[in-house]
Amino acid sequence: MKQFIKNFKKHQFLFEELVKRDFKKKYKGTVLGMAWSVLSPLLTLLIMRLVFTQFFGRNMPHYTTYLFCGNLIFSYFSESTRQGMSTLLNNANIFTKINVPKYLFVFARNAQCLINFSLTLSVFFVFCILDHVHFTWRFVLLLYPIVLLVLFNVGVSLVLSALFVFFRDIQYLWTVFTQLLMYVSVIFYTLDSFSPTVQKIFLINPIYLYIRYFRLIVLNASIPSLQYHLLLASEALAVFCFGCWIYKKYNHQFLYHV
Amino acid sequence: MSILKVENVSIRYITGDFKAIGLKEFVLRKMTGNYHVTEFWADRNINFTLERGEMLGIIGTNGAGKSTLLKAISGIMVPTEGTIYREGKIAALLELASGFDNDLNVRENTFLRGAMLGYTRKFLNEMYDQIIDFAELQGFEDLPFRQLSSGMKSRLAFSIACLVKPDILILDEVLSVGDGAFRKKSEAKMREIINGDATTILVSHSLEQVRELCTKVLWLHKGKQVECGYNVQEICDHYQTFLDESGESGDKA
Repeated sequence: MKQFIKNFKKHQFLFEELVKRDFKKKYKGTVLGMAWSVLSPLLTLLIMRLVFTQFFGRNMPHYTTYLFCGNLIFSYFSESTRQGMSTLLNNANIFTKINVPKYLFVFARNAQCLINFSLTLSVFFVFCILDHVHFTWRFVLLLYPIVLLVLFNVGVSLVLSALFVFFRDIQYLWTVFTQLLMYVSVIFYTLDSFSPTVQKIFLINPIYLYIRYFRLIVLNASIPSLQYHLLLASEALAVFCFGCWIYKKYNHQFLYHV
Repeated sequence: MSILKVENVSIRYITGDFKAIGLKEFVLRKMTGNYHVTEFWADRNINFTLERGEMLGIIGTNGAGKSTLLKAISGIMVPTEGTIYREGKIAALLELASGFDNDLNVRENTFLRGAMLGYTRKFLNEMYDQIIDFAELQGFEDLPFRQLSSGMKSRLAFSIACLVKPDILILDEVLSVGDGAFRKKSEAKMREIINGDATTILVSHSLEQVRELCTKVLWLHKGKQVECGYNVQEICDHYQTFLDESGESGDKA
């Protein structure tokens, strides 16, 4: 771990330049540029709100905030994993010619997604104010799931980007999988009508755990249990370590497959 | 004490079915026993050492394993067998243009590429004007990289790369770039670096260059070490005879 941090320090400048590159490329040729980071989740939210309040007649209090919590977490997860997946392959012309740590590309791409997420998060808080959500000191606790979610996303991206080098099919499978995941992440509906046992089954989905954490803090002003915290942390760490392990193991084999 | 020691290094390359066949094909072929991976040794039992300030020339026809060996020395690949001991900072200029991004402008690319070569931000800030001057790209700094002519691109690439101050310098056919005046200028600059106290490894298809510059020569053929030693002229003569006999007119790639 110490070695890892030392190594990262050494390449910090490259990391920053890679983040900049990804950022510039992303908004290249758009008129609104970075404003899209804020606009596109807002538009999604607007559509979802329209559909579910007008067509499905969902009238729970703070429904917009409820919906936003789900969208916020899920879009960060799906974007950073989807984009993270292709990073290694896209940078193949670099790591086959220059000796740089390969995980750096995945980290940089995730950092860019994290910046996006933070922008959306600030909009989220504005919405909370508009929705008359009562702010408490407990909001500080939101840092906990955010940090873990970053780890989780980086871990998944590491795994996916490695697999993607070996099997290009992964991108299609992952698209289908994230779609499935979206429907079981309780983004636009509630679990009230399900039996307690079924409600427990939903907790298998790590993304739902994050979303639920946010909702508990923001809407219910209650703090999840200690076990809940431990579950989140162990899942995130497990995924992250697995990702690192894959990179360590296959570090020198990627070269043959690109 | 040697600065670079290559001991019994062998590198195995794999090619064959595993590449881009997709998940379904992979599973199918694995199940039907139709999955074939062929291996070949790109380099076999290579041995040599280099002292500080020496200059090694690596010669051999295409497919001799030169580039693979360079990749192993620079740490991009790991040898399948054997060990490589190296000391100090290595700069491998295998391909000058790798790492540039077409969508970024000249300034951004300079920093990106510089970061890849291991420069610090401070160093680049100081040297930036010098790089642009040397590449003769004043006034083009805000142009996207894709709009540069290929001459401009290679000039920029060279100007960034030639600031390296490594202990071991690895060059794959990049002694000089560009045309006319710039060719002279870049070659002079390269010689300046080589004549510093860096240990240099040069892959070249130009025998004259090797004869003139190198203090040591390694001749590879199909992954095997044919000859290696300080008798540069002699080995080059042997290689020349070999080329004449096999009817290959030195390869151009």
